[in-house]
Amino acid sequence: MFLTNIRRVVKTGFINFWRNGYVSLASMLVMVITLSVIGAIIFTNVMLIASLDQIKDKVDINVYFVTSAQEPDILSIKQSLETLPEVKEIVYTSQDDVLAAFKIRHQNDQYTLQALDELQGNPLGATLNIKAKEPSQYGSIVDFLNSKTLSSRDGLPIVDKINYNQNKAAIDSLTRIIDSGKRIGLFLTIILIAISIVITFNTIRLAIYASREEISIMQLVGASSKYVRGPFVIVGIMYGLISAIITMALFYPATYYLGRATQDFFGGVNVYGYYLHNFLHIFAILLGAGVVIGSVSSYLAVRRYLKV
Amino acid sequence: MIYFDKVSKVYTDNSVALENISFTIEPDEFVSIVGHSGAGKTTLLKMLLAEEKPSDGTVFFQSIDIHKLRRNEINHFRRKIGAVFQDFKLLPNKTAYENVAFAMEVAGKSDEEIESDVPHVLELVDLGRKMWSFPHQLSGGEKQRVAIARAIVNHPDIIIADEPTGNLDPINTYEIVQILKKINDMGTTVILTTHNKGVIDSVGKRVITLENGKVFRDDVAGRYIL
Repeated sequence: MFLTNIRRVVKTGFINFWRNGYVSLASMLVMVITLSVIGAIIFTNVMLIASLDQIKDKVDINVYFVTSAQEPDILSIKQSLETLPEVKEIVYTSQDDVLAAFKIRHQNDQYTLQALDELQGNPLGATLNIKAKEPSQYGSIVDFLNSKTLSSRDGLPIVDKINYNQNKAAIDSLTRIIDSGKRIGLFLTIILIAISIVITFNTIRLAIYASREEISIMQLVGASSKYVRGPFVIVGIMYGLISAIITMALFYPATYYLGRATQDFFGGVNVYGYYLHNFLHIFAILLGAGVVIGSVSSYLAVRRYLKV
Repeated sequence: MIYFDKVSKVYTDNSVALENISFTIEPDEFVSIVGHSGAGKTTLLKMLLAEEKPSDGTVFFQSIDIHKLRRNEINHFRRKIGAVFQDFKLLPNKTAYENVAFAMEVAGKSDEEIESDVPHVLELVDLGRKMWSFPHQLSGGEKQRVAIARAIVNHPDIIIADEPTGNLDPINTYEIVQILKKINDMGTTVILTTHNKGVIDSVGKRVITLENGKVFRDDVAGRYIL
């Protein structure tokens, strides 16, 4: 009997979906808009995070060593830095490499090069370029460095300067911007999703309001509340299912059109590529959202008109 | 079979619909309940269907107190009653066949039973040809016959007909009354409310007359007297 009832409920759901064609169409249009908002938020978040990551990646600090610093000392500092969990990457540039890079940078500036030749030996110290995983972690890395700036051999300081101290303000404000950027994004996401869910819920409620008479008739004939509610929930699930498919189909031309522009603007992330690459993932999210919104809305909307 | 025991109904705005009503309906009876609009006929029937609760008193159906039934018991209880209404109360998105079949589905009948009984019942009310029509494609009399087919398909113990002829022309009215009489002859209790004198006189069975929420007369072979 249970299986028979399930079969009948599903069948009735399909028939009602078909016979109330215009209502179904209108409800699905609204649902498509909701799912598009959710989809657009997914894409926007991906691009926002990608561009924030890129900005983050541009932040680094350089440690300049005095010219008398010995390479083993520098390398041992590098090694102990690498054990820190905050550190993402360290690049060591030796004195000779620094000089070579300096010469290339000033190859059109004869005076500077001549002045360099006047000097005996290499006036430039070696450097360490450090990248942290998060911009907020530079402070602690610098603190760690400050405790290790003495040479192991003769006890003289080997670190000339750390450019973090000059860039501190810039790094701090960038950290704040990235943080608030993420927070605003999350806030907008929640607001937009909430609004679109409420709109969909109301649309489905209106559609079921039109059926309130039917619901009371079914109960008068002796239908249990589950049996009355079932087909409405099935219809809600179908709204979600079909709307998710339509939304995915609409994203194809939309992301294709926007793909190049986003790649140029956000640096590297192409929404079209993201769409193709994560097709199943995005589809699963939209499908899940659509089915849950559709079925829960129907379930709650019918409850209002169930008297027994 | 049905026993109204000192039943009163006062609505929240203090209007009294029924006042201290008591009467008994035996199995296989055909009872007509008459009265002016607002005399309390519909309230009486709504209590039988557990749509309304009495403010005072009890309504018994085969020694069950109807208003002590729990929610899921009300569904089962209603399947024992066939109801016909003035406004037909058909499901607009279902064909005549599906409307009748719905009552059987709800009662948990098998597909085989549904496929054999529904056409048979629709044939009985002379709607065999309009089985696949939707309610909006049917005339008033035809709709009411679908409603009657739906009411009798589960072989209920009682048929409740709340002004079933209220929206029908004289010929259709006559036909509907004949069908109800036939149902009664086959052994089903029928409770009919109406304010149509011709209907009462042509039935010629027990008549309960309500006035201002009270039983005014109760005649074994009554006529319409107001």
